[in-house]
Amino acid sequence: MDYFLDEEQLMIRDLARQISDEKIIPVRAELDEKEEFPWDIMKALAQSDFFGLAIPEEYGGLGKGCFELAIAVEELSRACLGVSTTFAANALGTYPLLLFGTDEQKKKYLPDIASGKRLVAFAITEANAGSDAAGVQTTARLEGDEYVLNGTKQWITNGGEAEIYTVIAMTARNKGPRGAAAFVIEKGTPGFNFGKKENKMGIRASVTRELIFENCRIPKENIIGKAGMGFIIAMKTLDSSRTGVGAQGVGVAQGAFETATKYASERHQFGQPVISFQAVQHLLADMAIQIEASRSLVYSVSKFIDSGAKDVTKESAMAKVYATDVAMKVTVDAVQVMGGAGYMREYPVEKMMRDAKILQIYEGTNQIQRNVIGQALIKETAKMR
Amino acid sequence: MDIIVCIKQVPDTAEIKIDPKTNTLMREGVPSIINPFDLNAVEEALQIRDSLGDGKVTVLTMGPPQAESALREAISMGADEAVLLSDRAFAGADTWATSYTLARAIKQLGADIVFCGKQAIDGDTAQVGPETAEFLNIPHVAYVKKVEEVQKDSIRVQRLMDEGYDVVESTVPVLLTVVKELNVPRMPSLKGKMAAKKTEIKKMGMAEIGADENDLGMKGSPTQVRNIFAPQFKTERRMLDGTPEEQVNFLVKELKESQCL
Repeated sequence: MDYFLDEEQLMIRDLARQISDEKIIPVRAELDEKEEFPWDIMKALAQSDFFGLAIPEEYGGLGKGCFELAIAVEELSRACLGVSTTFAANALGTYPLLLFGTDEQKKKYLPDIASGKRLVAFAITEANAGSDAAGVQTTARLEGDEYVLNGTKQWITNGGEAEIYTVIAMTARNKGPRGAAAFVIEKGTPGFNFGKKENKMGIRASVTRELIFENCRIPKENIIGKAGMGFIIAMKTLDSSRTGVGAQGVGVAQGAFETATKYASERHQFGQPVISFQAVQHLLADMAIQIEASRSLVYSVSKFIDSGAKDVTKESAMAKVYATDVAMKVTVDAVQVMGGAGYMREYPVEKMMRDAKILQIYEGTNQIQRNVIGQALIKETAKMR
Repeated sequence: MDIIVCIKQVPDTAEIKIDPKTNTLMREGVPSIINPFDLNAVEEALQIRDSLGDGKVTVLTMGPPQAESALREAISMGADEAVLLSDRAFAGADTWATSYTLARAIKQLGADIVFCGKQAIDGDTAQVGPETAEFLNIPHVAYVKKVEEVQKDSIRVQRLMDEGYDVVESTVPVLLTVVKELNVPRMPSLKGKMAAKKTEIKKMGMAEIGADENDLGMKGSPTQVRNIFAPQFKTERRMLDGTPEEQVNFLVKELKESQCL
């Protein structure tokens, strides 16, 4: 379907597709097999200015919004979700600075992020905090002109490879959620180390590590926003990034759908291509309907966010839930359409199916997203009374 | 250091079909691309510019007005300026007239290094680069696989040979033709693509390069194409019988008689 993209949006889509076709698709199976971090691809994306997409022009970016980012992420995800996770996690880590950073912080970090010189990671999850964001136990104690951090973050995408980290920690644990703050911390700071690299079911080209803070001292200027704003910053960050996860869902579903459709028209049974059987056609038709519906929703919500709308929590949660549930269903069905071939590593759909699962889990499980939508509905109903 | 890269827009041979009746290329509907070796030339020019931190890279092509899209593509990779040599008088040029035309333009524009791809994938002559250097009366090194060092007055490069390579040092200005082993051409960038839309392409014709009509295009071309055909293989083939020893003796005798040995 034609979404009436403007000339620059088409440029972004076409170049992302060119990079996918030439640089990602030929190596995706190997990256998955070896769990290899896609540095070459990150360099190509950097050279082509993709890391600067959503960063304002004054800081060396292209000044585009969530919509353009979604277009790029969708195309990369069509080729490999491991690669697109690495790319999208960078945007996630950048949002706290973009939305709440001081001018000095922006000047210091955004140009290097926009050029792709330094990767970024966002860290909130811990052993006892995830869906329950208020369970964060990492502390940041103010001592003179420095904050001293202690604690361990887990399952941090880009951990160890990124140079810049935006981290949520508690400045006043007794205040509960209102005692959190966001910080920017650079790799190499004494007391900041990395734990083991996780061995994952999917998105294996992306890297996931623990961040370990042991009396890690950072200048107090490294706080983003104010003490006490940590959870607001985290929630606003996730509001902006959810459409990116939705776009990942659209992309991986599209990739699996295209592979399955092509295979179904080539594979013969009972003397005819299997696509000529209604049982297969109906599977493919349902896949096509759901992909187009989730693309429409992700694009619409992205544009809604870019319009400057104040409260986008419910809509962005809807886009994330719908597009990622569709991604899971479509990738499973793609394997089914392809039968035995779909189950083999020779074809890309089994990887897409393994990869897709994470989308229903990370950046807020789809159950938590439904809670968020439910709470928004309660608020809206209360207002109507 | 100012660098000019000569590029050519060619049909994408991966997509091309041959008309079975006339044995000629069917060009209609075939996408056009920058000659792949020229992309290596653009890449190297950009790397030299960026490592030296001064000078500019100008891409130059001779062709019909639609060749402008090839120039814009080079701009989107990071080239600074683009010049299109286009004039009815240039039409039908062979390698001699093409080189002459390019050389006149390069003289006008001025360059320390001129880069060309080793050959174009449509004509495959590999003549235009070296001939251009001759018209410019500057040295050239063909089949460059590595640029080792660039200095103000000299350059040192590796020239690919059948077995190994030569290290060649030359004075500057110089013309280099390059092979694909030189580098991996970069992808366009988004900023480059946006700039490419706006960049003004400088156009030069016969008058601007100060050339005589008789030296250009078909009139200036000593090569005349009389016929294009697919060569037919008519070699005689024989199978040898007997023991290996008999076969070897027979083979040696035959090879001696045909003066191959």
